[in-house]
Amino acid sequence: MEKTIKVGMADLKVTKSPKVLTTLGLGSCVGVALYDRETKIIGLAHIMLPNSTQIKNNANKAKFADTAIDILLKEMIGMGTNKSRLVAKIAGGAQMFSFGSNNDMMKIGYRNVVATKEVLKSFNIPLLAEDTGGNHGRTIEVYGCTGKLLVKTIGYGVKEI
Amino acid sequence: MFNVEDLNHLHLDVLREIGNIGAGNAATALALMIHKKIDMEVPMVKILEFEEVAKILGGEESVVAGIYFDVQGDVTGNIMFLLDTSSSKVLTGMLMGREDYSKELDEMDRSALQEIGNILSGSYISSLSTLTGLNLVLSVPSLCIDMAGAILSVPAIQFGQVSDKVLLIETKLQDGNNLVKANFFLIPNADSFRILLKNLGVDN
Repeated sequence: MEKTIKVGMADLKVTKSPKVLTTLGLGSCVGVALYDRETKIIGLAHIMLPNSTQIKNNANKAKFADTAIDILLKEMIGMGTNKSRLVAKIAGGAQMFSFGSNNDMMKIGYRNVVATKEVLKSFNIPLLAEDTGGNHGRTIEVYGCTGKLLVKTIGYGVKEI
Repeated sequence: MFNVEDLNHLHLDVLREIGNIGAGNAATALALMIHKKIDMEVPMVKILEFEEVAKILGGEESVVAGIYFDVQGDVTGNIMFLLDTSSSKVLTGMLMGREDYSKELDEMDRSALQEIGNILSGSYISSLSTLTGLNLVLSVPSLCIDMAGAILSVPAIQFGQVSDKVLLIETKLQDGNNLVKANFFLIPNADSFRILLKNLGVDN
């Protein structure tokens, strides 16, 4: 079986060590990784929008910060994790294009990051690390064995958080 | 609420025709600038899932150039013009009058790329404006060269509020053996699509 599992845009996956979860080319979207260091269960969601309640077309729960984290949590608990042990790391939320105008859509990356942090807080999940903002894309990998989050970029190097 | 999936064959034909006229104007403008004959294929209009779009461009992590515009006026929204790395090099190479199209892009090329995006998108918008009788104004371009997935997240998020699919217009320009594949995303805001189609006489 493949060791690395790919999470698409507006998608989420849950697995455990030694597997690795990855999502490619995060721009304004945010990758939310949850980790339980005892059972080594990991979950990763690739969210696109901050809030499902503000959008009519909200059938895909993995698309929104609020509903995606909720499902991630439920699936991880279903696999045997304890909510109190969960910690989070997030990456993404960049602003790929810059305009002088006051186009609200341009700040969507920032809004996604803010919403993600609020949702994590409401579930009492501590945010251990983040690599967010800026104006570049990110590919991330979450490792089940250690819980480390690897961030790869084009022209901005590779970092581990 | 308008849904991209609701577009029928007639709608797509009209959008393709606009794409055709726009690309024709763009190819003429480009040919005049570089004093060369440019061939153009009939554009393809496609409705795709986000992930399929990334695949067309060589996968989420392949490096592409995106040029993004704000559209204001009777219809509001955005236009994105996308080129894969080889097309970017061919286009700037043509414009700079190079013999070899393999050179990596420098600051001058980036600026040239923005200008090409401006000309092509401007041609597209002006044909759309002429055909619909709508007043459409294009902002200054914003260029970003990065992972396809990251650049595509911008139109995907905008479409994502109303649909899980995107409307893509693919144009192929050719100078001898050098092929340039230019992809346009037309991203009207929620009700603007309806206004567009109505003014084109294909919707009521």
